[in-house]
Amino acid sequence: MPELIVSPSPHIRSDVSIEKIMYSVIIALIPTTACGIYFFGVHVLYVIITCILSALFTEYVALRLMGRKFVMDGSAVITGLLLALCLPPGLPLWMAAIGAAFAIAFAKCAFGGLGHNIFNPALIGRAFLTASWPVAMTTWTKPLTYDAITTATPLGLWKMQNIATPYINLALGNVSGCIGETSALAILIGGVFLIAKRYIDWRTPVSYIGTVAVLAFALGQDPLFHILAGSLFLGAFFMATDYVTTPITRNGRIIFGVGAGVIVVVIRLIGGYPEGVCFSILLMNAFTPLIDRHVRPRVYGVKRKRFFVSSANEGD
Amino acid sequence: MKLDELTKGVFKQNPIFYLVLGLCPTLAVSTRVDNALGMSLGVFFVLVCSNVIISLFKHRIPPQVRIPCFIVIIASFVTIVDLFMHGYAPELHERLGIYLPLIVVNCIILGRAEAFASKKSVFDSFLDAVGMSIGFMLAIVGIALCRETLSSGKIAIFDYTIVPTFTQSPSVMMTLPPGAFLTIAVIMAMIKYKAIRKEGR
Repeated sequence: MPELIVSPSPHIRSDVSIEKIMYSVIIALIPTTACGIYFFGVHVLYVIITCILSALFTEYVALRLMGRKFVMDGSAVITGLLLALCLPPGLPLWMAAIGAAFAIAFAKCAFGGLGHNIFNPALIGRAFLTASWPVAMTTWTKPLTYDAITTATPLGLWKMQNIATPYINLALGNVSGCIGETSALAILIGGVFLIAKRYIDWRTPVSYIGTVAVLAFALGQDPLFHILAGSLFLGAFFMATDYVTTPITRNGRIIFGVGAGVIVVVIRLIGGYPEGVCFSILLMNAFTPLIDRHVRPRVYGVKRKRFFVSSANEGD
Repeated sequence: MKLDELTKGVFKQNPIFYLVLGLCPTLAVSTRVDNALGMSLGVFFVLVCSNVIISLFKHRIPPQVRIPCFIVIIASFVTIVDLFMHGYAPELHERLGIYLPLIVVNCIILGRAEAFASKKSVFDSFLDAVGMSIGFMLAIVGIALCRETLSSGKIAIFDYTIVPTFTQSPSVMMTLPPGAFLTIAVIMAMIKYKAIRKEGR
């Protein structure tokens, strides 16, 4: 006998869950991770594993202290992995572990856990490590040497000595830099995968990267170099599209991308650091609630609000 | 009963962790334990003297101009501390720098003058000042101990090494203001956590 089920809406549920999205992001990061291990050697693998384990352990302890149940939803794994990908390849493992623990404990759990954090935890971890150990965090190993030969990043070379790096090296990743930032192509593959699965919105990366290109071109710089060099691709596809810390409206995402792009160019051209992707996203994270407040979409059936309404017309 | 006035400043109303007053000098001079001790001694002297004097004159000070009067009294004692340290501990005076004269605007001192000394008896004000100073000293020295340990890689007080260097690359950030904010936040969180647990039981 068929049962009659009476239930409140929603009646149709999509099969998308937090776990599914998180593990898709991990799959999308596989090419980038593989490139990092290929170019910088096996120490990179240890850094990645350390970060992930430290993030998971910290989340477990923090949630237990908060009296909540630990759920293996993959978000801590993502935080650990993303943090590892924006660390220098030769970083000591204990520093990586502290960075991941700090990211989870202070940037995520102190705000109330997944969904409540204001700033991207992985980037907070990176910013903390940069402030704590500036020398270790700016020691870049040369790719494919698997040795402790240090060299400057493409952006560092451009800023300090005005040397341009060939595009092909920047695209493939045969340059020094953070573990996951060097190969623009590998990041692009993962990013396009996520956009095709509709897990991330194309508006953020396109407006972010586009702003950097246009602004660099307008200021007489090489736009292609500024797009490919540094961690712009990694930030645009995987960090500026974080669900929790970026705007939820479509227009808001474009504003977020444009704002972050302007900050990146300003830091690269005028600021003291050669790279500004980390700070640009963190700064725009702070603006996210404001952006979401002011670009609310029109509610269906409600008249579009006019901006300039004279007081005489207000009555009718 | 009277002892309450003394102990409340140390625990129940600790100026830094419960009243969240006087954070400016705490952030500024808690980079080293000896700086923190020097600062808290200065605050101890100024707070005790100003609380007693203000309590003595509480009926003479017109309420409309009480804040300027408090400031004049506090500033006199700060000047005494400043000149005394300049004369007898020039090195400490140099390190504390501008933060020594800035004791004048330390919220704890003006806060206790306004909230306590201008209403209560002289002896109570004295006890309150002593308790608050001890609370401030415990808090700032505790914070400084955490920060100095993490930012120098060893535990040492006045050049006496207690634990030798345990790491060659200590955290630079702990000497910077964010390090102070983080230390205060962690200690405050631990205190609150314990209080919540105690209430829950």
